[in-house]
Amino acid sequence: MRLKFSILRRAALVAALTVPAVAFTTAKIEAATPAKVQAVAIKGFAFTPQVVTVAPGTTVTWTNVDEDPHTVTANDKSFHSAALDTDDKFTFTFTKPGEYAYFCSLHPHMTGKIVVKAG
Amino acid sequence: MGNEPMTDDLDDGMSRRRLLGRCAGWAGAGALYTMTGGVASSISLDAALAAPKRAGGARPFTFLQISDTHIGFDKAANPNARGTAIEAVEKIKALADKPDLIIHTGDITHLSTDAQFDDAAQILSGLGAPVFYVPGEHDFLDEGQGKAFLARYGKGAHGTGWYSFDHDGVHFVALNNVANLKPGGMAHLGEEQLAWLKSDLAGQASSTPIVVFGHIPLWTVYEAWGWGTDDSAQALALLRRFGSVTVLNGHIHQVIQKVEGNVSFHSARSTAYPQPAPGAAPSPGPLKVPAEQLPSMLGIRTARFVRGGEPIALIDQAFA
Ligand SMILES: [Cu+2]
Repeated sequence: MRLKFSILRRAALVAALTVPAVAFTTAKIEAATPAKVQAVAIKGFAFTPQVVTVAPGTTVTWTNVDEDPHTVTANDKSFHSAALDTDDKFTFTFTKPGEYAYFCSLHPHMTGKIVVKAG
Repeated sequence: MGNEPMTDDLDDGMSRRRLLGRCAGWAGAGALYTMTGGVASSISLDAALAAPKRAGGARPFTFLQISDTHIGFDKAANPNARGTAIEAVEKIKALADKPDLIIHTGDITHLSTDAQFDDAAQILSGLGAPVFYVPGEHDFLDEGQGKAFLARYGKGAHGTGWYSFDHDGVHFVALNNVANLKPGGMAHLGEEQLAWLKSDLAGQASSTPIVVFGHIPLWTVYEAWGWGTDDSAQALALLRRFGSVTVLNGHIHQVIQKVEGNVSFHSARSTAYPQPAPGAAPSPGPLKVPAEQLPSMLGIRTARFVRGGEPIALIDQAFA
């Protein structure tokens, strides 16, 4: 009895290990097609959209289209761009759920927020 | 008065000492420091400054303000900001009455690169008078957050680059309000700089004329565009006991003035490009005007200080 049970458990364990591996591969293929991305424009001394809600794992790309340089700087300094001149981009991938407030360190009245929330 | 050439101050500390030495003669007996500003651009700067020759001892003096040269800017609002900066330097060099000193109220460069700082230094080196700098936010956007600026102009200054000096009985205070800005706020001086300002002013007689200069306005011109300084009220409280306080700034690329008691505030034109009047556009970005109109919106400023109650003229001179 004990032996048989053990074999069953082992079989279950093998199955448990195999199934997620398959699922993982599938997920990877799916992610490659509709990649989780979000664009934010820096335009007219404002971040547009100012508040964005995204799923964990989303890569946000900011593009400065102003003639003035701007930065993307987290209020808690957890991420920050260099000064972005016209047409410069900055990307950051948000993995953990939470609210990420940021601003332009050159024009601090410019503020925005990324809300990271599971679907 | 000696005609010895003077190098940019703060590079070696020498010219500041020399300046102090030159200026020890007058102990500031309550000169009335009124300003007349916004003089029509049809008045030529040279004519305004074809001044009576300085009499020995009690002499009036002029100083000059140049601002927002934005060396490196090449966008539509002025594809040749380098050229207009050179034009400003040429105009200053051609003045009949040489300014004793020049203040640059920031945004020397557009993007704080070494190449832009080097180019600016080369262009401004021909001014023929000591230049006192404060940084604009465009001079503080390198990864080192001001490291490039401070390496060039920060020697002998405190903190992120504030300092003071005296000239002919006038006390000049240079402030930095573009460092360590806070989310949602405007320009910022910070506790350390305010504490320094308090001790710096403590040694001054209330009759001493004070000139304060910094990049972003020290009064709220337009909050929605960040045109003001969060903690300026604390600085102004320290300045209130003085009979005459003149606050000069750049940043907003246009002449706007305000008088509040004994304190008068004046923002200057840029030599690079104009910006819209407060609220006159959706954003404060560079203002594109027809090419033939641009020279009328760029300029420099001369301040003429006359000892003993004569009004001092602030002359804002456009390029055309
Ligand atoms: Cu900005």
